[in-house]
Amino acid sequence: MADSHPTTHYGLAHHFDNLEQQKEAGSLGMWTFLITEIMFFGGMFMAYILYRSSYPQDFAIASSHLDWKLGGFNTIVLIVSSLTMAMAVYFSQKGNKKWLLTCLALTMLFGATFLVVKGVEYHEKYVTHHIPIRDFWHWTEPNSDSGHVQMFYWIYFAMTGVHALHMVIGLGIMAVIFWMAARNRFTPEYHSPVEISGLYWHFVDIVWIFLFPLLYLLGAHLTHH
Amino acid sequence: MSEHVVSPKIYVSVFLALMFFTILTVVAAYFDLGRANVLIALVIACIKATLVVLFFMHVRWSSTLTKVFVVAGLFWLVIMVALTLTDYLTRPSSPILRGP
Repeated sequence: MADSHPTTHYGLAHHFDNLEQQKEAGSLGMWTFLITEIMFFGGMFMAYILYRSSYPQDFAIASSHLDWKLGGFNTIVLIVSSLTMAMAVYFSQKGNKKWLLTCLALTMLFGATFLVVKGVEYHEKYVTHHIPIRDFWHWTEPNSDSGHVQMFYWIYFAMTGVHALHMVIGLGIMAVIFWMAARNRFTPEYHSPVEISGLYWHFVDIVWIFLFPLLYLLGAHLTHH
Repeated sequence: MSEHVVSPKIYVSVFLALMFFTILTVVAAYFDLGRANVLIALVIACIKATLVVLFFMHVRWSSTLTKVFVVAGLFWLVIMVALTLTDYLTRPSSPILRGP
């Protein structure tokens, strides 16, 4: 494609020499955004590191009140969704529209499944009064400091909440990509929107890969459940 | 176009590796290893993240410039964590120093 002229492809913006250069620029742009995301989530991980190392026992007890089976299920759901996303990129490279659409639909389905499970978990926290705001908070577990446990749940809700927001945005992006794919916008030569959106999706998966062990598995050895 | 098409075989292999490490991290959490628990959890999570970045996100086949961007992002993260900890770990009143 090195000698493609700006007018040869509808997907090529006028300020790029060719599709290859455009794809590289788009990919770097997404990576730049993802680096700001690393710093964004990094700040919250920093808070987690400091408070967990300050109150390790309280954090372990607090964590044992999360259902690691639901968290683990969601981890698997997200990894599967990353696989279907990667396969969507593959089929867009191959120009296989049917399987591209199938993989995008599956990715959205798994993303939605994740959010439903997350909703079930949040509801359980609401019912058991483990939401760290005013009257929504009621902590009776002995041998633990309510304030320190509350700090764990602040971090839990902040991090999983922001992560869930990223999932919702990801679903929106995937809906647009699906719509574009359905309208034959992608060819083996031009499919960078699929690939660049995939980068975002995989990044959100990576955040959860860290959140799962750091939030859900601290108290596993306490055999609370 | 010099684009690299990654075969589904590689994607599935990476997927299976990710599943394996997910199970491993759950199993490891059931043993009370003290401070080693968090270390194991983080090492496994870093391996998983590396697999996703290299293969699912195609960085293994990306341009050098993209690789520099990725490493730069991680570099700034390390600066933030390391410099913050040099403060907290050296405060005489630090609960981190006092231990559990």
